[in-house]
Amino acid sequence: MAQAKVADNSAVVQVTSTQVMQASFAALLGLALFIGVAFSHPAAIHNAAHDSRHGIAAPCH
Amino acid sequence: MEFFKSILLSALLAGIVAGAALTGLQALKVYPLIFAAEVFEDAGPAQSEQSQSAQAHSAQAHDHGEEAEPWGPADGGERLLFSLLANVLIGVSLGLILAAIFALRHVVDWRQGVLWGLGGFIAVNLAPALGLPPELPGMPAGELLARQTWWMGTALFTACGLAAIFLSRAVPWRIAGVALIVLPHIIGAPHPASMESGVPATLAADFATASLAVNLVFWAILGILTAIAMARLGQNSTPEPA
Repeated sequence: MAQAKVADNSAVVQVTSTQVMQASFAALLGLALFIGVAFSHPAAIHNAAHDSRHGIAAPCH
Repeated sequence: MEFFKSILLSALLAGIVAGAALTGLQALKVYPLIFAAEVFEDAGPAQSEQSQSAQAHSAQAHDHGEEAEPWGPADGGERLLFSLLANVLIGVSLGLILAAIFALRHVVDWRQGVLWGLGGFIAVNLAPALGLPPELPGMPAGELLARQTWWMGTALFTACGLAAIFLSRAVPWRIAGVALIVLPHIIGAPHPASMESGVPATLAADFATASLAVNLVFWAILGILTAIAMARLGQNSTPEPA
């Protein structure tokens, strides 16, 4: 059953290489933004995002 | 560019709503615990330990000294507003990653969105929390950069591991996926030298469960909304493959 489902999925998935590039760029943009908000060290950014960082259980102090 | 635009728009829509919902839930269940812990942080033994540790940044941010105190939002509405901003940005950033995957895999069903959201929760919140429990201000902790590196590495390894297990048909890939998920926990998270803390254990336990539960709801909302948005925007902008 799992096999059939996966086969089903791969039949549906038809993407061009430019689409893969665009999606990869979007995902990397997301990753960079996440790191900027959740991890960057400047004190002002840390203080602004403080409660949010604790809230998502990221290391903060 | 229609393809990219549908990813961006879906992430924006889903991220803003999920980030706002996250802020509402955190304001109810999480922030009161942070504020309570800050009272102990200002008075407890953990503070002296923290000042001794090599975290000048932490000491700067939390010792309310006279000299050159860095900017921070004022308590109350301003602080909540910046939490909202940070949460919306986090929602959009994680929404971009989800939407990129949804676009490539043609995920347009909200039920599938929930499952992907669950995967995101396990990778980003649950697996790192296994080594670095959600921390309150004033709790003892190891060196910041080491913890951030372990946290991020664990999230990425767990995400890749889950993908290898569930998206692959080959058994070796699935075994490699399990290994990827387990590896960060064998390496082990960086821990503080001393566990002494001014923050009561009950407060820390409340915080750990509340923050994780709230993040689970956030991921479910983000997964559902991203899938719905991709279904609407994707169908309008890109021709459906046969």
